[in-house]
Amino acid sequence: MAAGLERVVVREQAPLVRAANFEEVCLGYNKEEAMAEAARCLNCKKAQCMVGCPVAIDIPTFVKQVADGDFEAAYQTIVASSSLPAVCGRVCPQEKQCEGKCVRGKKGDAVSIGKLERFVADWARENGIKPKKPETTNGKKVAVIGSGPAGLSCAGDLAKWGYDVTIFEALHEAGGVLTYGIPEFRLPKDAVVKPEVENIKSLGVKLETDVIIGKSVTIDELMEEEGFEAVFIGSGAGLPMFMGIPGENANGVYSANEYLTRSNLMKARLSDYDTPMPESKKCVVVGGGNVAMDAARTALRLGAETHIVYRRGEEELPARAEEVHHAKEEGIIFDLLTNPVEILTDENGWVKGIRCVRMELGEPDASGRRRPVVIEGSEFEIEADAVIMALGTSPNPLIASTTAGLEVNKRRCIVAEAENGQTSKAGVFAGGDAVTGAATVILAMEAGRAGAKGIHEYLSNK
Amino acid sequence: MYKILKVEQLNPVVLLMVVEAKRVAKSCLPGQFIIVKLDEKGERVPLTICDYDREAGTVTIVFQPVGASTQKFAKLQAGDYFMDFVGPLGRPSDLCEESIEELKKKKILFVAGGVGTAPVYPQVKWLHEHGVEADVIVGAKTKDLVILEKEMEAVAGNLYITTDDGSYGRHGMVTKVIDDLVAEGKVYDHCVAIGPMIMMKFCCLTTKKHGIPTIVSMNPVMVDGTGMCGACRLTVGNEIKFACVDGPEFDGHLVNFDEAMKRSQMYKTAEGRAVLKQKEGDTHHGGCGNCGGDE
Repeated sequence: MAAGLERVVVREQAPLVRAANFEEVCLGYNKEEAMAEAARCLNCKKAQCMVGCPVAIDIPTFVKQVADGDFEAAYQTIVASSSLPAVCGRVCPQEKQCEGKCVRGKKGDAVSIGKLERFVADWARENGIKPKKPETTNGKKVAVIGSGPAGLSCAGDLAKWGYDVTIFEALHEAGGVLTYGIPEFRLPKDAVVKPEVENIKSLGVKLETDVIIGKSVTIDELMEEEGFEAVFIGSGAGLPMFMGIPGENANGVYSANEYLTRSNLMKARLSDYDTPMPESKKCVVVGGGNVAMDAARTALRLGAETHIVYRRGEEELPARAEEVHHAKEEGIIFDLLTNPVEILTDENGWVKGIRCVRMELGEPDASGRRRPVVIEGSEFEIEADAVIMALGTSPNPLIASTTAGLEVNKRRCIVAEAENGQTSKAGVFAGGDAVTGAATVILAMEAGRAGAKGIHEYLSNK
Repeated sequence: MYKILKVEQLNPVVLLMVVEAKRVAKSCLPGQFIIVKLDEKGERVPLTICDYDREAGTVTIVFQPVGASTQKFAKLQAGDYFMDFVGPLGRPSDLCEESIEELKKKKILFVAGGVGTAPVYPQVKWLHEHGVEADVIVGAKTKDLVILEKEMEAVAGNLYITTDDGSYGRHGMVTKVIDDLVAEGKVYDHCVAIGPMIMMKFCCLTTKKHGIPTIVSMNPVMVDGTGMCGACRLTVGNEIKFACVDGPEFDGHLVNFDEAMKRSQMYKTAEGRAVLKQKEGDTHHGGCGNCGGDE
């Protein structure tokens, strides 16, 4: 292949080494690698990569700055559009966004934009560069509900514009899904998530943990009694779904949320933490998204032979390509075109296996993916002592049910305008998974930024 | 950080703590619970709210140190802090949502078993403050283990104390008292039973026999307490419910107690169960979820 067609390969932990630890899989570029990779950018006049980025980072400019070795300038370019660059560089589905549109990708590899973003963010952190606190504030109080990607990016933008922002978080730690959901080996907590949250706080944003909006205090009380002039709801989609098959309440059946929350938020996988972690020798994870991959790779690292059971085929797996690739390398067994019909239990009510049927793909359904159809008489059993359900999540109805005048749709998602987050209630804005249902970190960040813009316009005209 | 203002030993095995938690104290109602976490490495432990003082911004919790975490809590003294104290969680008791007129027409019976006396107390107190008198049965293994007797006496209509060994009050289990009261001609049209799972199960069998609708308060394994993890799921009727957001109170005649008891032992090792049995001695009531308690 001609020079320049292939990307600079990023260093990773070897699959069999990392399958037994929780250290980050991808080691990232060093300066030389980053500059060499950045030099592959063609600096297109009409940069398609930017079109593919939900928060429209000025990609050609920051990549050029990396190629020139001016990493601080590159950082300032990125943070002008993104509050969480170290996170996005790691968890965005780049192959469907910026890199998917890269002209280089038409003949050879796309420029490795995600890895470059990560490099710049990590370099800035290691060199103590932080976003700057605004010099003047306007004194207007805004409440942000939820400290996940939507809430953090909304709070970050509002603080930069001088607002007095308080984030309310229900759990004992900030970060939302970045903290409780995405595992350490994909997104390190102390090294990446906590510093990103600290960066937002360094803009002047206050954080109050242990506050459940709708229970500890309502939105109406925040606005009427505590002086908040606007509220952004970024409470995510936290309620786990189950299949409704027999045996699903057996001991040893967990939602992916439970399994990952124990491992990530509660650090139950570490012996000096008090929360217990489910033990498993043979684990089946049901589902094919990023959360399924995260749960499976966690179970594998804790010593289980781990299967992914997914009812469609490989092409339909909704997970990021890199996660599927990593999972396979690490030894996760993929049982595709397979659907569970019953969880089998022993006499004490513990899981002992899972009965499945084989599927084939029929006509495309409403989602455009080919509908899986059961193959008659194809029942078989997989032995398992743990089953993790990673079937998706839906929004928590708590806030909607305790806020007068806040409209929700049939899927219990809050109804909000995409461009500014405006809900059916004056002064209340919303975005992220609470509005769309479960999606990605970057889409939540985009919605958080839209909500910040909406709040800024609303309070400027008030 | 949440300051512990008072620690009181209610009996040889049960502790009461008053904790400063302004937001919780301001908004909580009887029937709800909190989650408390000692320090960075601690578990999130759900505990029912026993009392609250909105003016002082305090919440009272009552617990029996059993697991590793509650045993750590037991070492704390007034002036110490919990790192996290979040709530109120769960739905308030349905009684709090009914009109006072309707409540006054009802004959309400509370049945409290052991530490379950603590979550029963705020409900009886709330009713009392709204001019509704409810009868209360408090059951314990033995005289020393009866808690909150004076407090309960002050707010209950008739208070019936019973001990399994007959050392105090009536002699026998709470289910026997229910049978006796009905035999004595008492009529109840609403019952709330709170205590160990096995006690609630048998209370429900008893009240079902007498045709008394019965609410129970479930306390299964939980992690976040906000509906996120599903660890606390139960079968109620034919539906899956999450105790943390749909409960903790449910129609006791519809709860699948056998499944709930099995699930409650999920994180208990054989070793842990043995320690528990030895520690609790005569008071062992099936908290290990394994042995079926007294039955």
